[in-house]
Amino acid sequence: MTSTLKISALTKTFAGLKALDAVSLTVEPGMRVALLGHNGAGKSTLMKIVLGLLPFDKGQVEVCGAAPGSTAARAGVAYLPENAAFHPALTGEEQIGHYLALRGESPKGARALLERVGLHEAAGRRIGSYSKGMRQRVGLAQALIGRPRLLVLDEPTSGLDPVSRRDFYELLDGLAAEGAAILLSSHALTEVEARTDRLLILSKGRMVASGTLSDLRREAALPVTIHMTARNGYAADIAAALPGSIRFGADLQLSCSQEDKLGALARVTGLGDRLADIEVVPPSLEDIYSHFSRRDGQ
Amino acid sequence: MNRILATALTEFRIAFRNRWVAIAIGLMALFALVLSAAGSAPTGALGADRLSVTVASLTSLAVYLVPLLALLMAFDAIAGEAERGTLPLLLTYPGSRVEILLGKLAAHLCVLALALLAGYGLAAVAAFLADPGAASGLPALFRLGWTSLLLGATFLGAGYALSALARRPSGAAGLAMGLWLGAVVLYDLALLAAVVADGGGWFTTDLFPLALLANPADAFRLFNLAASEATAAAAGVGGAAAAVPLWQSALSVLLWPLGALALASAAFRRVTP
Repeated sequence: MTSTLKISALTKTFAGLKALDAVSLTVEPGMRVALLGHNGAGKSTLMKIVLGLLPFDKGQVEVCGAAPGSTAARAGVAYLPENAAFHPALTGEEQIGHYLALRGESPKGARALLERVGLHEAAGRRIGSYSKGMRQRVGLAQALIGRPRLLVLDEPTSGLDPVSRRDFYELLDGLAAEGAAILLSSHALTEVEARTDRLLILSKGRMVASGTLSDLRREAALPVTIHMTARNGYAADIAAALPGSIRFGADLQLSCSQEDKLGALARVTGLGDRLADIEVVPPSLEDIYSHFSRRDGQ
Repeated sequence: MNRILATALTEFRIAFRNRWVAIAIGLMALFALVLSAAGSAPTGALGADRLSVTVASLTSLAVYLVPLLALLMAFDAIAGEAERGTLPLLLTYPGSRVEILLGKLAAHLCVLALALLAGYGLAAVAAFLADPGAASGLPALFRLGWTSLLLGATFLGAGYALSALARRPSGAAGLAMGLWLGAVVLYDLALLAAVVADGGGWFTTDLFPLALLANPADAFRLFNLAASEATAAAAGVGGAAAAVPLWQSALSVLLWPLGALALASAAFRRVTP
């Protein structure tokens, strides 16, 4: 299978500052890849290079088998910018019609596209009167034009309410099932975890982690926390029986590595009815994300 | 080609919604009517038909108004897209940047053509009402029409170039007004001052005609006045029309739009959104 997007050792410097430092990644057809990172981590720069909007210094970038920004690449790539903006004097239908014509399709398809993103009622109104979420939907509608092979989506769900978000990811699932490769950026790991096949974490221009969520979980090897609630008066007993545990009144907390998890649980259950309740808390997505994005001393 | 047409259609729609079409037509019509009314006195003495005299007056009007309208429409073309945030998305679509420029140019020329049609048409009607023999001035009016469009294209191209260089609409507006003032008003004043100071020397005989040809507005005026019979009705720089061969001013009028568009394209190519 040939990759839709292939980037190797990509480096981009802005005035001596490395915005991207030897970044490599591939996106196969049908794959949904999430690009995560703080503001200024290099997500937008990477996307603009893929789109051919920015030149780069070193490395190789291949988009749909062509150079980024070339006619062949642009024909196969759709883009949704962060905070999608359009001319306020045009109606949604006219704006989408214009984009359809630019891709060599009939402007008559505009209404159907707007219907797909749930905007058919506002299609005849000027975009100047749209809310942020509606403009984002117009942006999404234009990204659906002409069966793109690669979708580059910069913070696509910003400004969308939770229900629209779910609809949006359902749309993406459909596109991926048809073979489109999807590269999207986000601040929120919790939002993309169930909706993407691979996660990439950028920090200060470097790719600090890449893989599925369970890959990242394993690699981060963050401790598991066991929360315990003691029965009346037994808290001190339990704290003595479990060295390393931390006690807050009747509640106790024990941290252990992934490998020691079962052993620790066995010791905890060995405490019998001195315990009222226990709860095992795996490292949260936010913990994993901070672990990787802080590794470089942030 | 389809992309150029699509861009032109969208841009025309925007110009229409933003009242640019109405403003341009209103402005040209108003000035043309005022000129027709004011120019009714000297006709008999010149021995030219009424329309030819009107064309001479319209030429002086167009030299100021056409570049102004063109620059007002053009300054926002690229800087505005950049400020609204629509430029990055537009540039990821198939099609070259020249196609975007040509589409905008087509739409803006259309607006200008409508304005000229209204203004020159009204002036022609007024001339015909006053003088039944005005038909002999029709070729001059036609010439004025297409050269006005070329003059407009030149300043539209220059406006796009400034818009791309400035990146911000406010900066682009300032540059555009500076260009208008410089190319249309101050340039002529400076030349006249130099001619007066020179007192008929080398500057007046050799450099002055070249300097006129180098400015698209002056070349436009030279061409229209030299080609028309009503040279005598024009004053100032127009008096030099006789000194410059017609083909030279025609060449300048024809080449400037291409040069301006090349400039705009070069400036737009350097824009990284």
